[in-house]
Amino acid sequence: MDNILFGAVPYIAITIAILGSIWRYNSNRFSWSSQSSQFLENKTLFFGSFPWHYGIILILLAHIVVIFVPSLMLKWNGSPGRLYAFELIGLALGFLALFGLLTLIYRRLSNTRVRAVTSSWDVLVLIILIIQVVTGLGNAILYKWGSNWYAASAVPWIWSIITLSPKTAYIANLPLITKIHIFNAMVFITFLPFTRFVHFLAIVGPLKYLFRSYQMVRWYSRSAKTENLRQYK
Amino acid sequence: MDVRAQLSMQFNLDKCIGCHTCSVSCKNVWTTRQGAEYMWWNNVETKPGCGYPLTWEDQDRYRGGWELSGSSLRLKLLKGPGKLRTLANIFFQPNLPTIDDYYEPFTFDYDALFNAPAGDDQPVARPKSLITGEFMDKIVLGPNWDDDMGGSPLYASNDPNLKGLSSSQKELLTKFHKLFYFYFPRICNHCLNPGCVASCPSGALYKRGEDGIVLIDQDTCRAWRFCVSACPFKKPYYNWDTGKSEKCIFCYPRTETSQANACAHACTGRIRTVGVLLYDADRIEETAKNPDDRIVEAMREIILDPNDPKVIEAATKNGIEENWIKAAQNSPAYNLFKKWRIALPNHPEFRTVPMNFYIPPLSPILHQAKSDQGGTFDPETTDFFTDVDRMRIPVKFLANLLSAGNEGLVTESLKKQMAVRIYVRQQRVGDMGEAKVKAALSDVGLTETDAEDIYRLVTLGTFEERFVIPTTHREIKSTTDPRTMYEKRGIVGFGTKKKEFIGRQW
Ligand code: SF4
Ligand code: SF4
Repeated sequence: MDNILFGAVPYIAITIAILGSIWRYNSNRFSWSSQSSQFLENKTLFFGSFPWHYGIILILLAHIVVIFVPSLMLKWNGSPGRLYAFELIGLALGFLALFGLLTLIYRRLSNTRVRAVTSSWDVLVLIILIIQVVTGLGNAILYKWGSNWYAASAVPWIWSIITLSPKTAYIANLPLITKIHIFNAMVFITFLPFTRFVHFLAIVGPLKYLFRSYQMVRWYSRSAKTENLRQYK
Repeated sequence: MDVRAQLSMQFNLDKCIGCHTCSVSCKNVWTTRQGAEYMWWNNVETKPGCGYPLTWEDQDRYRGGWELSGSSLRLKLLKGPGKLRTLANIFFQPNLPTIDDYYEPFTFDYDALFNAPAGDDQPVARPKSLITGEFMDKIVLGPNWDDDMGGSPLYASNDPNLKGLSSSQKELLTKFHKLFYFYFPRICNHCLNPGCVASCPSGALYKRGEDGIVLIDQDTCRAWRFCVSACPFKKPYYNWDTGKSEKCIFCYPRTETSQANACAHACTGRIRTVGVLLYDADRIEETAKNPDDRIVEAMREIILDPNDPKVIEAATKNGIEENWIKAAQNSPAYNLFKKWRIALPNHPEFRTVPMNFYIPPLSPILHQAKSDQGGTFDPETTDFFTDVDRMRIPVKFLANLLSAGNEGLVTESLKKQMAVRIYVRQQRVGDMGEAKVKAALSDVGLTETDAEDIYRLVTLGTFEERFVIPTTHREIKSTTDPRTMYEKRGIVGFGTKKKEFIGRQW
């Protein structure tokens, strides 16, 4: 069972995510949008969007960084003081994200205008996210020092997947709630190209923005390429 | 010198009758789609008034446009050094107007008029929201809510252009005998230093090199909404349905084939002219950095003389075709803005270097009936024509709107318009006297030919004289099958959402 769920499913998820993104990008780029609804409602959104995004982005970033430097995590956690600090910050950010997410769910259900622009895919998005945040927080609270065994057992499993030699043994003994967390992450990856999650892939634009000059000029008579107008930043 | 061409529209405010024909033509052609119902790429406001969206000119609230910080120019939206600050607000934008600042689009339940069962009461068509489909208790705002100063003094007194007016000047809002207003049609200014383009994190907005039209690439827009905030004129609009922003496209499919823009073509008052300007793209930043009292002059300087051989040579070298240069030489835009100096930009102090120009409106002289003159106003004894300072619309108000507060520029334009009137009156009625005509013209630096030309363009101008739009050599096949044109009316290039599998909207 584990072999299928954590040995095969990751590949299926990643394949669908990559092919799906390419397909959507090529066939319907027009739909590639964060579908912001701030224009219709912006009071509750403030209390949802800010905490949610900043909480989740920092936590996700920590997950990703540790994939690459698991030893650093273990070393940092070597002293109890630092371990407590790290876990506490993580927990706080988790609750921040949860608060944001709950606010966003409440907003989506209660505001008639926002409901008018809600598709069933948006509901799916919220379900996936709430499962992920709740299981993540559950992990952190119920089973001590998740940051340690994330680095010690989940990261090696991720690497075994990346290196095409899946070893589910690494995570076989993890508690159920953790397994749900991991599995749900793969569900998230699967749906990445099919929902508004795609705006997650659109971060390239904003990053480029930091370095590009203000003005953009396009010449249809010269080339299709975008050309910078003035080099002032 | 980096010579580029720019299409520009001018509005003779003296003649706008506030009929909204322009807005309706624009809407019929471009924005009859879901999510775009509330958008009026062309709208006409009553000034003084709050406009659409409400108080769009108040940049303390919306933070559109640019500001000088030290010697550099930065988007007002940024509030701090660097663009990081912009991105920090990507999840929630404190300065974004919401639908309630425009109006909730609505229709009426017309079916009820036909299908209501027989009863004692007349059936009514209740308003229904076009967003939620639910009945609305009442309609609280519309695209032109304070039309003709309806709702005054509440709306009119909140006009940001009233700042700096004395309390006796502000009586124009409340005292019936001083009351006055005029109409102010607005489209996107297709600025040289557009705030919208500069703010887009996706790089979806761009200025077209060939004609200066500013567009939003619908495939690249990711709904970050920065353009809406950063444009001080609030001319990009967020389509709440598709999750993409849209804006006035200067009817480029029409102008590319030498046709006048839908709004300008339909204009009942014939107040609009369209023409080409040549400008020096090397000097945009420098122009935008000028202090408020200098900025209109600087904008006039960046516009190049299309008859200057050096300019023609540089333009040709830059790939500007002959028909474009020719159009620039006959351009009403050049004449009104630079040669005759009677047209002015809207809010140049926002530093986007806007490229549409307005001829400020003349208004009646304020007068009190004198009883010793039989209670009537005597134009012979009072300087009826030239006393600009006693016109009902305070020059200061016009200056706040059109010249970054520089009253001299507004007075210059008004005096020139007066001089032309005196000139024409002398020709038609002959009661002004040649000396007075000469004095009036030389006073404002116009020749008789100028006066004749101005008179002709702003009153009698034929279609060809008002719209000097050169054909664009696109030589690219259209992707629109002419046979499907009717179905595509209003949606070309914007796409309604494709239905994907399981019938979804993403
Ligand atoms: S007026 Fe038009 S070009 Fe200028 S900033 Fe606004 S949207 Fe951009
Ligand atoms: S159609 Fe012309 S006259 Fe009528 S409101 Fe528009 S600009 Fe003014």
